[in-house]
Amino acid sequence: MEFLYNLLIDPFVQMVELPDFFLQVLWEGFVSGVLYALIALGFVLIFKASGVFNFAQGIMVVFAALSLVGLYALGMPAYIALIATIAIMGILAVAVQKTIFHHLVNQPDIILLMATIGLTYFLIGFGEFVFGGDPKVMITEELGLPTGSTAFDVLGGLVILQHIDIAAAVIAIIMVTALAIFFNKTRIGRALRAVADDHQAALSVGISLDQIWIIVWFAAGIVALATGIMWGARSDVSFALEIIAFKALPVLILGGFTSIPGAIVGGLIIGIGEKIGEIYWGPLVGGGIESWLAYVIALIFLLFRPQGLFGEKIIERV
Amino acid sequence: MLYREAGQFKTTYEADQAMFPIAQDRIGVLVILAIALVIPLAASDFVIASIMIPFLIFALATIGLNILTGYAGQLSLGTGAFMGVGAYACYKLTTIFPDVNIVILVLISGLFSAGIGIVFGLPSLRIKGLYLAVTTLAAQFFLEWCFIRIPWLYNYNNSGAIEVPERTGFGGFVLAGPASPPITRYYVVLGIVIVMTLLVKNIIRGRIGRTWMMIRDMDIAAELIGVRPLAAKLSAFAVSSYICGVAGAMLVFFWLGAAEPSAFAITLSFQILFMAILGGLGSLIGCFFGAAFIWVLPVLLRTGLPSIGIEIGAETVEHVSRMIVGALIIFFLIVEPHGLARLWQILKEKLRVWPFPYA
Amino acid sequence: MRAPEQEAGAGETLLAVDNITLSFGGVRAIRNVSLDIRKGEIRAIIGPNGAGKTSMLNVINGFYHPQEGLISFRGAERRRMKPYEAASQGIARTFQNVALFRGMTTLDNIMAGRTLKMHRNFFWQLVHWGPAAREEVENRRKVEEIIDFLEIQAIRKTPVGRLPYGLQKRVELARALAMEPDLLLLDEPMAGMNLEEKEDMSRFILDVNQQLGTTIALIEHDISVVMDLSDRVVVLDHGEKIADGLPAEVQANQNVIEAYLGVSH
Repeated sequence: MEFLYNLLIDPFVQMVELPDFFLQVLWEGFVSGVLYALIALGFVLIFKASGVFNFAQGIMVVFAALSLVGLYALGMPAYIALIATIAIMGILAVAVQKTIFHHLVNQPDIILLMATIGLTYFLIGFGEFVFGGDPKVMITEELGLPTGSTAFDVLGGLVILQHIDIAAAVIAIIMVTALAIFFNKTRIGRALRAVADDHQAALSVGISLDQIWIIVWFAAGIVALATGIMWGARSDVSFALEIIAFKALPVLILGGFTSIPGAIVGGLIIGIGEKIGEIYWGPLVGGGIESWLAYVIALIFLLFRPQGLFGEKIIERV
Repeated sequence: MLYREAGQFKTTYEADQAMFPIAQDRIGVLVILAIALVIPLAASDFVIASIMIPFLIFALATIGLNILTGYAGQLSLGTGAFMGVGAYACYKLTTIFPDVNIVILVLISGLFSAGIGIVFGLPSLRIKGLYLAVTTLAAQFFLEWCFIRIPWLYNYNNSGAIEVPERTGFGGFVLAGPASPPITRYYVVLGIVIVMTLLVKNIIRGRIGRTWMMIRDMDIAAELIGVRPLAAKLSAFAVSSYICGVAGAMLVFFWLGAAEPSAFAITLSFQILFMAILGGLGSLIGCFFGAAFIWVLPVLLRTGLPSIGIEIGAETVEHVSRMIVGALIIFFLIVEPHGLARLWQILKEKLRVWPFPYA
Repeated sequence: MRAPEQEAGAGETLLAVDNITLSFGGVRAIRNVSLDIRKGEIRAIIGPNGAGKTSMLNVINGFYHPQEGLISFRGAERRRMKPYEAASQGIARTFQNVALFRGMTTLDNIMAGRTLKMHRNFFWQLVHWGPAAREEVENRRKVEEIIDFLEIQAIRKTPVGRLPYGLQKRVELARALAMEPDLLLLDEPMAGMNLEEKEDMSRFILDVNQQLGTTIALIEHDISVVMDLSDRVVVLDHGEKIADGLPAEVQANQNVIEAYLGVSH
């Protein structure tokens, strides 16, 4: 009886009694949701254009952040290091396309997925080999990103917002908007959607698969860099980030593998859901449920809607 | 010349359906078994304890994953956790029944893993492909959390780890625990792996194995032929998890001697997955190839490089071997998506027609 | 090829579809269609693309469930039947786009058709000895009969992915026959074949019908094949039935001519 009370009633009582704390929790969830959404966005970009489920997106985030910090440590000014890192992500995009996916066109999904897992392994080894395995500190201030925090006086209490979190949200919104415009309004965006629909048909009207895929890998690389900076500013830059990239999977399940708005909405649901779950229900089972709650949310959701939030109902044909 | 089946006529369907229909294969298998049996006489304890035992255990775990992913076509990223279930179940069993032979407990502990596998396999009826990977990830992270948060599982140890107590059996042999000699553990592991591989082979070439492959290749057609998707998928989950559970229990009891929850983290799941891919999905011999490759290669790098004059630290070897494994996976997917097993098959086909390029 | 009088004695209805309506969201694939299949006949279902022919087969073997209408098989009415239940009652089929198990050999594909005929449990399978091995060999013998019947001995151990299209279609027929069905549904068994392959396939279909006594429902676009093979023909267009009868009657039907040739309004 008491357990049921703690499970079903007490958390809501707490939310109502301490609304300022609840707001704080919501904000924290929102911020991690934005970062999940950014990682998921990288997945969506590549999946939409090539059907490759890019498992390496998480390690690309780490790799981009490590490159930036590493180049700065070599004595480059912060902004030059940033530009150089963007160039590195470009080289990575070309290399990945030319050496891997160029040779794997038309292979089954599972083979493509495995190839990105192989790429993940390679990049982890390569990253550790070049940068070493120790955590590094992100050069937040040097890049001109705001630090510090502001406390707001709401609902009879204080809600503290970190400036970097606000910046993260703003940058995320700008990036999503820019990408949306790029893919909907430009020639390359149209070509990209053509490739996504049918590789051979796109080839037959003169669209270069290699070129389009390099562009999406590059775009995903830039998204990864932005994610890496934001995430690095909140904790530090290490390969532990990689585990967080798995969280993109439930986000994509909720939002659908090809929907940019889906990635955002899914990211926010997962971010806020798991934070609230952890704070209000976590103590019931000893805490730490953040590590699996997202997957269970996605799993329950899938059982009722196997096609995702924005997907169409699947009609099976024979 | 040597590998040619000319003149070996089959007069019954039994002979045609035998496990090794070609005489040369039978001889080859016997030779390999003989080598496996006499290796301990020649090799050092290091080779047995750090190469042969883990190789066999990983090969068995790979067989478990291969049943689910390679034969039944259900992608799983939760192998590590299912192995963990086996290990913790075995630990609790031997705590409760200290007098029962540890080999029997290892085999029983797989049943717990199978049960958990069935529970997490249930969503596979509605969820397919990549979406199913999320289910298995949920299993991976949830079970890992259980290993940390349920102190009963590790007998309320302060360390949070499970430590293998000394267990004897089969007339006084020390089978598990710090005092157990590697050679004893090797023969126990070898026996279990051989028997289980044979049983799996039997399952795969019979009706149940065919229903798994039917579901993998064309689930709709399979259903229209009369396969019940529920029974086919759940049986694959059960058998796969059972084998992974046994492998996990062996991992702790016959190799590591002690394990923390992190031993069964997602990295283990990936390691086994790589072995399955590199060896070849849907091939039993491939599981051994894959396990040998991914386990033995780093060890060879570690011991081999210094001997040719390149001195590098242990950490660097770790990084470099990871890069090489990653690159090799990509390489194999490009040149031969069916893994080492397919290369082996091609080699055998070439040998059959040798010295001619084709027949 | 066959005179319609030949099978007049068969008469008994094997499967009856009564006022079926099937829709996906707003799209109505089948509207109020009734048809019957008599024991021992070859029944053709024809119609232009998108007429609902394949959907009709899907309804018959339980893959789709119609919103309205009744289906009875061997006189027993059935509701929301799963495909594997239809299979266990003796309905087999082939597919418009070859749906073989691509990772398996020809032999294994046909053995797959024997799934419902094999019953030894998990533990017998584990040891693969005694009853389980005997069962495997008995079924192998049956499969070999079918292999002989369809003349595909040479490709027995070939993975089906490597076979040419015409042979894949034949293996698919073999797999369906391995189920020893009472009712065999063939979805465009001759699509994409050249003349010689079509003649072979026609011969096999007639042999199956006459030697094994299997009732056949057939979808086919090649009208001359349909006229030669079938005992009765039903014509669908836009999900509705527009004609039903002997091949000659259907061929002369004004609605059918309009559906195929188009009509000016």
